[in-house]
Amino acid sequence: MSDGNQITLARMQTGQSGKVVQIQGGGGLVNRLNALGIRPSKRVTKVSSMFMRGPVTIQVDRTQVAVGLGMAKKIIVELA
Amino acid sequence: MGNPNVGKSVIFSRLTGVKVIISNYPGTTVSYTQGFMKLGEETVEVIDVPGTYTLEPTCKAEEVALQMLHTGDIVINVVNATNLERNLYLTLQLLERDIPVVVALNIWDDTKHRGIHVDLDKLRELLGVEVIPTVALTGQGIKELVENIHKATLPDTPVRSRDERWATIGSIIDQVQHVTHRHHTWLEYLEDASVKPLTGGIIALTVLASAFFIVRFVGESLISYVFNPLFNHLWAPVLLRLSDFLGGTGFPHDILIGKITGGEVNFVESFGLLSSGLYVPFAMVLPYIVAFYLVLGLLEDVGYLPRLAVLMDTVMHRLGLHGYAIIPTLLGLGCNVPAILATRILESKRERFIAATLVSIAVPCAALQAMIFGLVGQRGGQYVVIVYGTLFVVWIILGIILNRVVKGFSPELLIEIPPYRLPPWRTVVKKLWMRTYGFLVEAVPIILAAVLVINILYIFGIFNAIANFTAPVVTGLLGLPKEAVTALVVGVLRKDVALGMLAPLALTAKQLVVGSVVLAMFFPCIATFVVFLRELGVVNMLKSAGVMISAALITGGILNLIL
Repeated sequence: MSDGNQITLARMQTGQSGKVVQIQGGGGLVNRLNALGIRPSKRVTKVSSMFMRGPVTIQVDRTQVAVGLGMAKKIIVELA
Repeated sequence: MGNPNVGKSVIFSRLTGVKVIISNYPGTTVSYTQGFMKLGEETVEVIDVPGTYTLEPTCKAEEVALQMLHTGDIVINVVNATNLERNLYLTLQLLERDIPVVVALNIWDDTKHRGIHVDLDKLRELLGVEVIPTVALTGQGIKELVENIHKATLPDTPVRSRDERWATIGSIIDQVQHVTHRHHTWLEYLEDASVKPLTGGIIALTVLASAFFIVRFVGESLISYVFNPLFNHLWAPVLLRLSDFLGGTGFPHDILIGKITGGEVNFVESFGLLSSGLYVPFAMVLPYIVAFYLVLGLLEDVGYLPRLAVLMDTVMHRLGLHGYAIIPTLLGLGCNVPAILATRILESKRERFIAATLVSIAVPCAALQAMIFGLVGQRGGQYVVIVYGTLFVVWIILGIILNRVVKGFSPELLIEIPPYRLPPWRTVVKKLWMRTYGFLVEAVPIILAAVLVINILYIFGIFNAIANFTAPVVTGLLGLPKEAVTALVVGVLRKDVALGMLAPLALTAKQLVVGSVVLAMFFPCIATFVVFLRELGVVNMLKSAGVMISAALITGGILNLIL
């Protein structure tokens, strides 16, 4: 069900929100992201992204998390 | 134990009375602290450990937490009540272990105005352990926590896989937590603005510029209105009477008071134990220590530093680091020792090596900076700018080189950004006092010892021997008088005293600039050296030392040529 609504966290617009559907990474990355509240079915909102391939800041639950761009490219979000 | 930045150290401090540094960013605590508390008739040991999200460590600080878990009999699991879901993962992992747990549900006061309702009884029932709501900053709930420590239980919790744990947490949250919607507060708008490229950049520049001016203003005011009058009007007459009493010359006189010029005590140049030995630490360095740590403490407690890390991330990647390395770097502007310890929050050995080396070389501590302002500043502000500019350029260039040369790659930034908090003045002042006190008891004795050693070495002519031996490098390459090498030697003990030794040498402004830069770079002071050695090992220390000495000579040589 790869419809057009699914994009990576890196490509989301500031202010957009959606549900995490998948993390394309090894166990270590998944563990660390999960621990910060980023895991499938969680609702995330993009707060900002830094120019020059800087990190992406997202809001998840009541925390903000800064995620390096490389990791952000591995997090697939379904826009809603 | 608990997640980072949930208030473990505050609770520890409340339980034991032991003062520890607390701040509003993940990774304040990087090693463990022991303390004792009364539990009924018994005295028990309490250990404060670094925060960790899971029991699978990703950096040195988290490893420490895991090691300490094996030594404990009971775990007080500190949980952030405003982030229950995420925090419960570690709680479940702890419950699966063979160790009794009691949960402190901290930051409880924040749940109300964040619209979070937690059913405590239900949570106790589902976890099978005692749950005590606490507000560690105000002390609320600490008494109840103490009374309930002996009730720590070891419920029968099955060992689950990661996904099973999250599923369990999901069902717990559904049953115990209820969140009502509410609008953004002004602090939250400011939080968002701080991490957006444009507004964040403006905020960062404003914050850093104000920080600089406040440090200058507070430091200079303390010197001009408090310490200088004290020394000039109260202490100088006492020293002059003592000088007369000792006959104005001779061995004890030279050691205690130093050289008296024109019937007056020159506190900077005389170099006696009771003149410069007291004036340098108290009237030149202390004011800046107080001013710097006041401002740093505010930035830490408000929660600004992780946001600066986000803004700086791209730049730091060029240096082989990621944004969070800005935290050890800023700490280094106070003192390099805690800065090198703080590199434990970085994930890889490579990052720790680069960060620690850059801090030791290009980040002058507050004591050295105070002396740079005091001595180089006398010759004109532009010279201070040259010193700082040079160190900054060295920091960048060396970072880029190390990033190319050191094997491996640096991981990406992944950090939790804490909410802004308005810190109570009491906690800011408390931390400022801890750090100032640390300077008074740890640095001042070394400063006095350094002054004493200098005098003795002078008297026995040992400095002359060293000076002649190293003259080709010092005079040839750096353009400094050969006596300046004594300052470099003393720089291994204390850099502030060492820079002070350049004062009586009648250097030109250019020589003073070269001297300051080389002194800042060439080798860490003994305290930093020891910590570096302990944290990164002999091999890394040797490599780093090689980088330091060559970088210092090259930079000093270039400055000597172009200025």
